[in-house]
Amino acid sequence: MSLIGTLLGREETRSLTMDQPHPHSLLDQGTQGVIGRPLDRIEGPLKVSGRATYAAEYPAENLAYGVLVRAPFGSGTIRDVVADAARSVPGVIDVVTDYPTFIRNPQQGGEMKAPTQGVQKVDYHGEIVAIVVADTFEAAREGAALVHVDAEPAEGAYVFAAHRDQAETPPPDQIPPTTSQGDVDAAMAAAAVTVDATYTTPSQNSAAMEPHASIAHWQDDGTLVLHGAYQMVASDQSQLAAALGVAKDKVRIVSRYVGGGFGSKLGIAPESVAAAVAARKLARPVKVAMARQQVFDATVRRSNTEQRIRLGAGPDGRLTAIAHETLATNLPGEDFFEPAGIGTHFAYAAANRLVDHKLVRLNWLLAGSMRAPGEAVGMLALEAAMDELAEKLQLDPIELRRRNEPDQDPEKQVPFSSRQLVPCMDKGAQLFGWADRHAAPASDRRGEWWHGMGMAAAVRSNMLQKSSARVQLTPEGRAIVATDMTDIGTGSYTILAQIAAETLGLPLDRVEVQLGDGAAPPSAGSGGSWGAGSAGSSVYLACELLREKLAKAMGTSPESMTLKDGRAIADNRAVDSAELVGDGLSALGEIAPGKQEKAFNQASYGAHFAEVKVNAVTGEVRVERMLGVFAAGRILNEKTARSQCLGGMTFGIGAALTEELVHDPRNGKVVNRDLGEYHVPVNADVPQIDVHFLDERDIHANPIHAKGIGELGISGAGAAIANAIYNATGVRVRDYPITCDKLLEGLPG
Amino acid sequence: MKTFDYARADSVADAVTAGGRFIAGGTNLIDLMKLQVETPEKLVDISRLDLNRIEERADGGLTIGALVPNSDLAADPRVIAKYEVLSRALLAGASGQLRNKATTGGNLLQRTRCYYFYDTAAGCNKRAPGSGCEAIGGFNRIHAILGTSDQCIATHPGDMPVAMRALDAVIVTQTPGGDKRRIAIGDFYRLPGDTPQVETVLEPGELITHVELPAPPAGRQLYRKVRDRASYAFALVSVAGVVTMEGGKIASAALAFGGLAPMPWRDAAVEAALVGQAPSDAVFAAAADALLAGAKGFGTNDFKIPLARRVLTACLKELTR
Repeated sequence: MSLIGTLLGREETRSLTMDQPHPHSLLDQGTQGVIGRPLDRIEGPLKVSGRATYAAEYPAENLAYGVLVRAPFGSGTIRDVVADAARSVPGVIDVVTDYPTFIRNPQQGGEMKAPTQGVQKVDYHGEIVAIVVADTFEAAREGAALVHVDAEPAEGAYVFAAHRDQAETPPPDQIPPTTSQGDVDAAMAAAAVTVDATYTTPSQNSAAMEPHASIAHWQDDGTLVLHGAYQMVASDQSQLAAALGVAKDKVRIVSRYVGGGFGSKLGIAPESVAAAVAARKLARPVKVAMARQQVFDATVRRSNTEQRIRLGAGPDGRLTAIAHETLATNLPGEDFFEPAGIGTHFAYAAANRLVDHKLVRLNWLLAGSMRAPGEAVGMLALEAAMDELAEKLQLDPIELRRRNEPDQDPEKQVPFSSRQLVPCMDKGAQLFGWADRHAAPASDRRGEWWHGMGMAAAVRSNMLQKSSARVQLTPEGRAIVATDMTDIGTGSYTILAQIAAETLGLPLDRVEVQLGDGAAPPSAGSGGSWGAGSAGSSVYLACELLREKLAKAMGTSPESMTLKDGRAIADNRAVDSAELVGDGLSALGEIAPGKQEKAFNQASYGAHFAEVKVNAVTGEVRVERMLGVFAAGRILNEKTARSQCLGGMTFGIGAALTEELVHDPRNGKVVNRDLGEYHVPVNADVPQIDVHFLDERDIHANPIHAKGIGELGISGAGAAIANAIYNATGVRVRDYPITCDKLLEGLPG
Repeated sequence: MKTFDYARADSVADAVTAGGRFIAGGTNLIDLMKLQVETPEKLVDISRLDLNRIEERADGGLTIGALVPNSDLAADPRVIAKYEVLSRALLAGASGQLRNKATTGGNLLQRTRCYYFYDTAAGCNKRAPGSGCEAIGGFNRIHAILGTSDQCIATHPGDMPVAMRALDAVIVTQTPGGDKRRIAIGDFYRLPGDTPQVETVLEPGELITHVELPAPPAGRQLYRKVRDRASYAFALVSVAGVVTMEGGKIASAALAFGGLAPMPWRDAAVEAALVGQAPSDAVFAAAADALLAGAKGFGTNDFKIPLARRVLTACLKELTR
């Protein structure tokens, strides 16, 4: 462990690289009693009263309004953007396009370089090719409808089935596309019981409430300030600077509140570059909010997938072979692939293993990260296949999983930092009343409805990312936390305040958290469920250093000092801690991943349970109740953590039953491009959902012992519903979402 | 959205001579204007006209003002007690917020939710006559299987009008010339044919002022809607039914269908297959055969044919129980 206090300029820094376990956490020794508690969001009152300022809501003098213009064809080369009619609309200032600078598609999260640029050659229907700028939004919108994009059409690839045979192996990025151990084919041939099934999932859209929006404002010194709705400020600044051809330190993104991201706001999207280009040309600030249809057309989708799962087992249910082969899709030149097999690497034991991903190139909008890339759709396949295997073996699905519990990572042969899959399943079975499930499908009909129960496991790898934060103690006895970390609705503001309050012994209302400003110390941002662990640890480290400073000022050691309610107590003395800070104290905390990442398999686990009813006449499915039991290290705030799980499980309902982004077979365009026809679950689709956390600390993860939770809730949730549908009806639908038409034919009479 | 003129009508006479598109709740029209699917030069706001009452007539029927919100109509005690099919249909539609704004007259004129109608980049004969129909050969899950033409396969998306069709509602209008017309709902809508942009028999400037429901029907009433999520989705198939039984036989049957056709659909042959018959699987099958004799799927909506058969059969079982 490298615990070093360094002096960088005037700022003292506490850095920690996770090379060693961190068995002791100040969060277990604090006496303030705020960590873990189910506290309301500290910014909640601002949000419900409209005072939380979202990207498009910042005032700016002399603001111009931009409306984006799309290419209304699937593939081709633009000859001209004909804008005379648009320019003649009163109030329209200009129609701006810049073929080489405009971005073809958004960037993936965490990339430091510009997204693919250049829009004269159009690669998908709805690609953003121009921006109409006007004195009013209304004039800009009217002008945008009058722009004609004249193009030479080209052939495109619009149908997955027609191109699936030309799948290619993507270049290895952070995630290797293929891994294998042993000989799956031989093990399958020798296995007593096998499952060989192909599952398909459609494109999906995050459908965040807040559309992508930017206000670009060039300052006199040549700096661009962009108020945007982005999840990862530091890398987004790099992307935007690269796209605009300016130095990295000349771009500052401010993203204080984000109305949902789910991955769709990890990298910069077309509106940011269009706004910045127009603002530079006009020399006045420009605001662009994408229309809902443009969010569907031109931001990012989760890839559709075709997944073949092969499972081979002995008569006792012990797996000898697991293979998970995925076809995903993306645009030419974009190498992100939906890593559907990511959970399969370590979910279950088996000597012979294969995880493989291939990409099919299509002229559909960009595919990228959407909540739990990999697990969200991969577990729909793996966990349905496990249910199929349990059925063949006449084994309870929980028992099957118990028998295949690995004692270490089955591929990398390293220990698990913690793994409570079996306790999650057992606790869930007890709470849900799993013993009441009829093992035989189609056994429980009540009136017009078939009832059934299903379960599935949840696994999600834990990640730590480099992250930093500054914490200041003011002479007034307040703490100010500043980092470019974002809160995309997850509760970042609140948990960071709780960590600071607990470690510094302050009431929560004496902690102020400032997020989302690129001028603040860079963080990992919100993505990959790493935000709480990474940003939280950086705040923790800064506070640890501040505790030492307070102890020194008090003439004692940090171990002998208790901080509570703004008082410092040591050696039979108690003073207001504010008296110890002089003109104010400041410390920077920095966390970085280290050897613990490779030495241990770090993941969070859970078990989903669902009860559904299926209408015997129509095939309509209604989820009656759901339960998720999760183990994800320390739960920093039981309320916001629970909300994360509820949201994830609701995504699971959508993936299982309703969500499908449809591409037209003739031009690839998104057909259902509004919330009326892209069916996210509505309130009436979401039943009583219960969430239960198991107590856990992960000393290998980070000094706060917390692991990612934002994506755990979706992993396996939809599979539990699919398995319940099978249990209710005896019909196995392998083509998600399970809409009524797919059940009709097979429903028992 | 294109710039438009706005005028507020103070009387029905004002409204019909104002020369513009009427707007009341605006739950459909404003969305379509934002997308430039609809581009009226002028809006005539009728929301302050005195057309928001539900009155009982001497014959026992109800006269419903065109501006009565969907929520109020669904919650009216007389509607709940005597026209249950209508109340249920209203509550099966849209969301609470939309029902608070949407009006009776406007809901009759709700336009299709065809994806291609909504996208100005797509060919659509209803939106832009002569530009083709991209729903044919495209994704048409929500499209019609009855009453289509090779110019248009869009459905009428409403729920309320389906119940009104089963109830033999009459639509009362005033023309710009000052005449009152009473149009049976069965005569109100037009099939697409070669002019899918013309959806009703209303003349330019003609205003719906009221909807008349005949005296309450005897027998059992039902509205059943099948959709892709539990709320806030348009019907894949819906059935509005009113059936009376006498001596173990079906004495009368009124059955209207949503989600299947360009208009709230009613087919005399379906009812003829039922009336005078004792309920049985064979009789129900004959009714479904009659309904679906001319049904034509377009690929992704093929499932509506077996689905409609199943739903109709289940509804008939319930109505003749």
